[in-house]
Amino acid sequence: MPHLFLPFLFVLLAPFLIPGPATAADVTVAAAANFTEAINRLAPDFERRTGHRLVTSFGATGKLYAQIKNGAPFDVLLAADAAYPRRLEAERLTVSGTRFIYATGRLVLWSARAGVVDKDGAILRKGDFAHLAVANPTTAPYGAAAVQVMRRLGVEERLRPRLVQGENITQAFQFVRSGNALLGFVAWAQVRALPAAQVGSYWLVPVELYAPLHQEAVLLKRAADAPAARAFIDYLRSPPARSIIEELGYTTPR
Amino acid sequence: MSEADWLAVWLTIKLAAVTTAVLLLVGTPIAWWIARTRSWLKQPVAAFVALPLVLPPTVLGFYLLLFLGPNGPGGWLTQTLALGTLPFTFAGLVIGSVIYSLPFVVQPIYNAFEAVGERPLEVAATLRASPWNRFFTVALPLARPGLLTATVLGFAHTVGEFGVVLMIGGAIPGKTKVLSVAIYDHVEALEYVHAHALSAGMVVFAFLVLLVLFMINRRWEPLR
Repeated sequence: MPHLFLPFLFVLLAPFLIPGPATAADVTVAAAANFTEAINRLAPDFERRTGHRLVTSFGATGKLYAQIKNGAPFDVLLAADAAYPRRLEAERLTVSGTRFIYATGRLVLWSARAGVVDKDGAILRKGDFAHLAVANPTTAPYGAAAVQVMRRLGVEERLRPRLVQGENITQAFQFVRSGNALLGFVAWAQVRALPAAQVGSYWLVPVELYAPLHQEAVLLKRAADAPAARAFIDYLRSPPARSIIEELGYTTPR
Repeated sequence: MSEADWLAVWLTIKLAAVTTAVLLLVGTPIAWWIARTRSWLKQPVAAFVALPLVLPPTVLGFYLLLFLGPNGPGGWLTQTLALGTLPFTFAGLVIGSVIYSLPFVVQPIYNAFEAVGERPLEVAATLRASPWNRFFTVALPLARPGLLTATVLGFAHTVGEFGVVLMIGGAIPGKTKVLSVAIYDHVEALEYVHAHALSAGMVVFAFLVLLVLFMINRRWEPLR
């Protein structure tokens, strides 16, 4: 009774048989965890303007790098620093000439409770807290920046026993937000994205205390001939995207 | 292997040992109750104990983080008792591990109690053994293979724990940075040599554990 099966077969195969709009495609993006909120705001705008769809994986940049090196199917890397994109470039895993700074991040010392963090970060020297959350300094650039700040302030040794490490900046943020760590070094963009009632208290760390958090984007090799991925790279540099990124507390290159 | 890696190994063994001890103390009465009761609560309790088998460890870890945190009921309790809050502490990891490995300890003990059946206990009762006496001198010794299996499984499963520890641990060397987290960090930092040393050790350990387990089961088979 093959005629009975045919309709079923068609239903099963329909998604593959019916072509989508000729130009629309998925862009797979590996993005640094600190850029989560920005992507959430950029994606609908990008999709509306181009018809392409953004599929994003978030994580610590070091992990994303290892995944890309081992064949992860990403078109674009939005790193939390410049080092990993450069490494990929040196390893010929990128499309040359596509690397650029898409945002420069700011580090903030943040507590979910009001009145905890003072405006000069003096609490780091006083040290009356049990846990200070940071992102893993060896893989997450915001974690590395946090360690630089503590070193510059001469409190690194003293605070080390109280450090609790998030696997990436999002987890460090979660430790502070849930109150389990009284304070932590997180991305300014994360605090900026909070509703006013949950902002608590923070110290926007002066940029002289850590190496600039230039975040670089790069087109990966497998997307060399993918127009949708290129469209996303171009979109990131466009004025509408830049204004969304800047709204979240990043700066973008002039 | 670096000193930090050995610290992680030692911490993992300590965590697994403490967790297993707690689990045997907590799990045995639970298994006994589930095996003996005629209450309608039997199935709901059994299902509740088995929950960690199904739930992703990150779900357990996330809820523990909120529950034990300063704004959660568990955190309120520990703070009232002047114990502080438990996330990022060894005690916190023990609690997480006990919940995570509970079914792996309760299930084999429960099976063993079921296998013992009513008969030996009834015989002991006719010989005027008290309920406590029956439990300790009849039921427990007869359930020994189940208890051994539970011990090995509880220990091994805690050694292999990752998600819960990642969520509530904070990767503090010597306190909460266990083997699985150390391996994860090495992989993320591209320190593959270190990762290999620890990972290969884990593979050998897991094989030996399972080998011991199968040998236990074989040895006791004629008694079933």
